Amino acid sequence: MKKIIYFLFLFLFCIGIFANAQDNAGLILPAGFKANLFAENIGGARHIAITKNGVIFAKLNRANKQGQSIVRLEDTNKDGVADKITGLANYGGTGIYLNGNNLYASSNEAIFKYELNNNDEVLNPLSPVTVVTGLINRRQHESKSITFDKANHIYVNIGAYSNACQEQDRTPGSKGKMPCPILDSAEGIRKFDGNKENQTYGDGMRYATGLRNVVGLDWNTQTNKLYVSQHGRDQLNTFFPSLYTDAQNAELPAETFYEINEGDNAGWPYIYYDPSQHKKIVSPEYGGDGQKEGASNFINPAVAFPAHMAPMAVLFYTGDQFPAKYKNGAFITFHGSWNRAPLPQEGFFVAFVPFKNGKATGEWEIFANGFAGTIDGAKVTSTNKAKARPCGLAQGPDGSIYVSDDTKGTIFKISYNK
Amino acid sequence: MAQYKGKGIFLICILLFGLTQSIQAQNVINGKKIYETRCLVCHQADGGGVPNMNAPLDGSTNVVGNDIGRLVKIIKNGFKDKVELDGYYYSNDMTPNPDLSNAAIADVLSYIRTSWSNKASLVTLAQVTNANKGNQKKNSK
Repeated sequence: MKKIIYFLFLFLFCIGIFANAQDNAGLILPAGFKANLFAENIGGARHIAITKNGVIFAKLNRANKQGQSIVRLEDTNKDGVADKITGLANYGGTGIYLNGNNLYASSNEAIFKYELNNNDEVLNPLSPVTVVTGLINRRQHESKSITFDKANHIYVNIGAYSNACQEQDRTPGSKGKMPCPILDSAEGIRKFDGNKENQTYGDGMRYATGLRNVVGLDWNTQTNKLYVSQHGRDQLNTFFPSLYTDAQNAELPAETFYEINEGDNAGWPYIYYDPSQHKKIVSPEYGGDGQKEGASNFINPAVAFPAHMAPMAVLFYTGDQFPAKYKNGAFITFHGSWNRAPLPQEGFFVAFVPFKNGKATGEWEIFANGFAGTIDGAKVTSTNKAKARPCGLAQGPDGSIYVSDDTKGTIFKISYNK
Repeated sequence: MAQYKGKGIFLICILLFGLTQSIQAQNVINGKKIYETRCLVCHQADGGGVPNMNAPLDGSTNVVGNDIGRLVKIIKNGFKDKVELDGYYYSNDMTPNPDLSNAAIADVLSYIRTSWSNKASLVTLAQVTNANKGNQKKNSK
């Protein structure tokens, strides 16, 4: 009899967990938070931006079935679900940013500007202003993510078209080019004027260099500083099997989150950051052995995350809805790894980075998990099996946050109520 | 006696069939080992690749198609072109494998063409050797 009662309780407990997960759109959240599906199947949604009235613009990786690559989502009846969905533009890309009534969006080569009316509708969907053009896109690390400072300057990522600047890209034992020629044009963050038109390389300035690929970046308005998250290099074990095992490659190098000052150099491709040694280590392509330390003039990360998880967006939380600890801290989406194979993949979550007196404490925690949709939290072995992969982030006017997914295009809304 | 002869031929046929089957199975087993050490990290354990980055092999029309020469060339030389594959683009460069023998290429192709949902024919050493000759001719033109 005792056994039956025990199993009955276990059964009810399981149902409870299941129902709760369903309530939160399948996500696992800290106590007091809830999530719902704001939209589904809009097409692979990279970054998102939100107006002061709560209208969301999502930038798609490529045009959807309707042939549109910017999707406008409005919740007209205020039930937390988008009910009016329209779209514009036809170029794939990642970046989108709202600056007052100006909506900026990027392809993989250029940045365009649209104007919104008072109903947050785009006035010039077919004739955007070209703000920046001619940015390098050679397949790898092509996303042109954008953010702005308070003086209407654009900061755009121009990622390296290479893994580690080898003479032969992604080839076992191939040495690094010295100096790495990619560092002249596709190596970090460039700064442009948000008011000007048709700018290209010569009109902008190199703001930070030595960054392999920054997909997530945001301006910390509290401290007036740029923060970026870098995708660290891949395949240490594949190209240098005598120096790195599969297990070591799964943990090396760190995915790094940097505070950026003008002129900073983060050291790619010459070094990578080892999260267990807490050191910048010389890349094996440049004579490293896994221990030798790199030059000290390269900046240190504010936070070092586990390897290969692919940080996609950074959002400084300035709302009042969430508990006080979140204010002025940073949320970071992680797309989920592929290069941890043959070991299980990691990531597929939203992390939170606490800040104290305007600086990252160096700690981090998982804020929202469960995007991959595996049963009982099972590990993902093949990246393509993840149901959703967190990508864009935006903060709504009520202080809720929205997370986009770039597989099928789900938008999750996460709110807090005491 | 004629009766036995018929049975003997039948048995030999079965034996030969079994032998070729086990040789083929051995090819696929060798191919799986090569896949796991060289290909799995990018193309993943399920052959599904990584969206937008590394092309899938499972269900790929090129992988299960008849142009063995193209597959051999890609394995040998790697791949850096921006081309649409079944409606998608993939951004990572593929690592070349110039050190893989023709027999090893036949084995790994046999594995990927018959694994997951793929049900294409096995690839023989002769096919790879011919493909290499064909590719060299094309290159020298």
